[in-house]
Amino acid sequence: MAGRVDALFFFLMAVTVFFTLLISVLVIYFAVKYRRRADTDRPRAIHGSVPLEIVWTAIPLAISMAMFVWGASLFVAMARPPEDAIEVYAVGKQWMWKVQHPDGQREINELHVPVGQPVKLKMISEDVIHAFYVPAFRIKNDVVPGRYSTVWFTATKPGTYHLFCAEYCGTSHSKMIGSVIVMEPAEFQAWLESRAEGSLALEGRKLFLKLQCVTCHSATAQARAPVLESLYRRPVQLKDGRTVVADENYLRESILSPGSKVVAGFEYIMPTFKELFDEKGQPREDDVLKLLAFIKSLRPGQTPTRVEESPPPAKLPAGESPKASEP
Amino acid sequence: MSTAAIDSPIPPAEPRFTASRVNYLNVDFGVRSWLLTTDHKRIAILYLASITLMFVLGGAFAVMIRLELMTPEGDVLQADTYNKLFTMHGIMMIFFFLIPSVPAVLGNFLVPIMIGAKDLAFPRINLLSWYLYIIGGLITFWAILAGGVDTGWTFYPPYSTRYSYSQVVATIVGLFITGFSSIFTGLNFVVTVHRMRAPGLTWFRLPLFIWAMYAASLIMLLGTPVVAITLALVAVERIVGVGIFNPALGGDPVLFQHMFWFYSHPAVYIMILPGMGVISEVVSCFSRKAIFGYHLVAFSSMAIAVLGFLVWGHHMFTSGESVYVAMIFSFLSFLVAIPSAIKVFNWTATLYKGSVLLTTPMLYAFGFIGLFTIGGLTGLMLAALGLDIHFHDTYFVVAHFHYVMVGGMVMAYMGGLHFWWPKISGRMYPEGIAKVAMVIIFVGFNMTFLPQFVLGHLGMPRRYHTYADEFQILNVMSTAGASILGAGFFIPLLYFLWSLKYSPLAGPNPWGATGLEWQTPSPPPTFNFDKPPIVTDEPYAYAPKEDARVH
Repeated sequence: MAGRVDALFFFLMAVTVFFTLLISVLVIYFAVKYRRRADTDRPRAIHGSVPLEIVWTAIPLAISMAMFVWGASLFVAMARPPEDAIEVYAVGKQWMWKVQHPDGQREINELHVPVGQPVKLKMISEDVIHAFYVPAFRIKNDVVPGRYSTVWFTATKPGTYHLFCAEYCGTSHSKMIGSVIVMEPAEFQAWLESRAEGSLALEGRKLFLKLQCVTCHSATAQARAPVLESLYRRPVQLKDGRTVVADENYLRESILSPGSKVVAGFEYIMPTFKELFDEKGQPREDDVLKLLAFIKSLRPGQTPTRVEESPPPAKLPAGESPKASEP
Repeated sequence: MSTAAIDSPIPPAEPRFTASRVNYLNVDFGVRSWLLTTDHKRIAILYLASITLMFVLGGAFAVMIRLELMTPEGDVLQADTYNKLFTMHGIMMIFFFLIPSVPAVLGNFLVPIMIGAKDLAFPRINLLSWYLYIIGGLITFWAILAGGVDTGWTFYPPYSTRYSYSQVVATIVGLFITGFSSIFTGLNFVVTVHRMRAPGLTWFRLPLFIWAMYAASLIMLLGTPVVAITLALVAVERIVGVGIFNPALGGDPVLFQHMFWFYSHPAVYIMILPGMGVISEVVSCFSRKAIFGYHLVAFSSMAIAVLGFLVWGHHMFTSGESVYVAMIFSFLSFLVAIPSAIKVFNWTATLYKGSVLLTTPMLYAFGFIGLFTIGGLTGLMLAALGLDIHFHDTYFVVAHFHYVMVGGMVMAYMGGLHFWWPKISGRMYPEGIAKVAMVIIFVGFNMTFLPQFVLGHLGMPRRYHTYADEFQILNVMSTAGASILGAGFFIPLLYFLWSLKYSPLAGPNPWGATGLEWQTPSPPPTFNFDKPPIVTDEPYAYAPKEDARVH
């Protein structure tokens, strides 16, 4: 992809150099050739030439349309991640990058990826707007609070590459930097295994049980809340008549702000879980991502039962109630 | 290049001119006569003094930024101080210098004279708009002294509404008030051009400077209220905590970007269109030829004003815009480049078979044409979707807009100031020193900003207090250029002041130019013309056959 971006750049660069030279040479040539020789010079007026003006409207128009089509087709390719891309989560916060791999490995200000493998990043910010920028890969995307954004790339050469935050985000904006480390597949596999931490979905499952979500979101027919199995990417009928697709943004919104899109056939009884917010009231995006990974992984019959693994409340430290806060 | 052309003497000021006549400058010397004046020419002088101060201040901030960036580490300034400096540099230069520069100084002075009117349509509102500018400026000064603001001139939330611990609200109040200064100036120009043209001065006899000012005024009038409202909403969210932009409160941060750029992209055309108007006047005068394709140049100003309102989304290609929205904005952005290209070709064609005299204003006009061409073409790189993803928010963007804003607009402003200085002050400026200063500024400018294109392509993000070691050489080059550029700007400041007393008198028309402003004495009397002018001729009637001048 970087090669295709550079090809477009060289084309535009050639156009820029050509027209800058053309105009400069003409201006200097005319200024010398038609310099004022006597104060009484009175050149004849030339009011214009319609054919010439059509020519220098049409040629820039044609060139710029070519640039538009080229740039747009590249953009479309950059916007569509391949199906086989591995999905990695990144959370931006003042002033660091937190990365979570599908198998649970976590890193800060580093992203390890295998060479030759498409990697798709799902990104969200915990505070202000950031932007994930790897100059060597020619990719950049804003990382916005409150919604997921995506960027993808396929690294073609092992090595270490700059990762920059490109959207100004406060005091240490220029320190919100890191590295993308591209490894041979075998090396990458070894790296993953050296940091096995249990998958993200498993972490989400623990959290799901700890927050006692399963009390309502059980797999039984009498459930007080929708069944979550195979929900991801399915259309959902809402109480107000609309239909939405259960994508990451919908699931995140329903977890953090349960009243905003209530599913048809259910009452709005789900509380807001204060465990998912920090002391400033900002969502803990890493925890939300764990829950998302769990919900996305749920296949029919996989909803845990209430008793299993659920830690008895007595074991929890004081002040950390496993119960939901009041609605 | 022929030295003969460069050295050919300016028509010497004829000794018969004397300054004893009563004009707008010597009619009254009292402080009240300046501070309560409704004379558009005196208000232009008030603006000239104020924006020069703002330019010096904004320039001083830039010097400190460039000093810090000489080394990769943050060793001159604290991170927060650096962030405040680039924010204040942007605010000072954009809102307090570039937007008012040509409109409020040259426009105020020239619009009524060029159309043969005694004053603007609303002289008191004109004075009010200067006071609003000053009040807004003082509040912004206070914000600087009270700690400054660190959001970037773009005020993106939720950083600006929640996370910044700086004087965001005070700065916004200052800008809100200054915005009304701009709205009133635009209103005044639009009404004046519609209602107060001299008998016989039809729309297609208007100087192209007036067309450009008219187009820019429409943007000021229609765009500025939007940014005023947007910034007010930032203040409301910051003070009261109403969720407008912050997603934690149920708002949408990308909504702000749409609203902000809906004004701030057209604002670029507020800055560049009047500059293009200046270039049309200067190129025509010093080629002694009618502008090539007058109608197309006039229409292209209007096309830029209209299309300019439809391209704001090209600032947001990485913000998660839908692919189709991005494609529409990219397409329209390429379209808006066409009228600018037409103007450049027409200026060049005007020189053809002309009688070209390389005075200082003409050198600035040539500088404008070359640098604006680079600025415009690199703008196409940023409009090309796939490529903008890489360049967005890097030094490539910084270099691009400085080529348009400094290489374009400041060159045009300097050219215009030299061109009309004899009319404004009644005296010539020293031509030799002025040419030297122009060359210094031109060289310094390119040394400062050419390396920044390369930095952007290598991936250095903008607004970085510290940076990776490999970017240092180019940054040192840029800082070296900036020191030349900064020094260059002091020379005109000194010789303009010097010329007020020591230069030869200019007489009504030192350049042998057409246009109503050259038909009246220099400096003009308070009501501009001793006898109301009647226009019987086409604009730019330099050719001998059409030499029947306006009487």
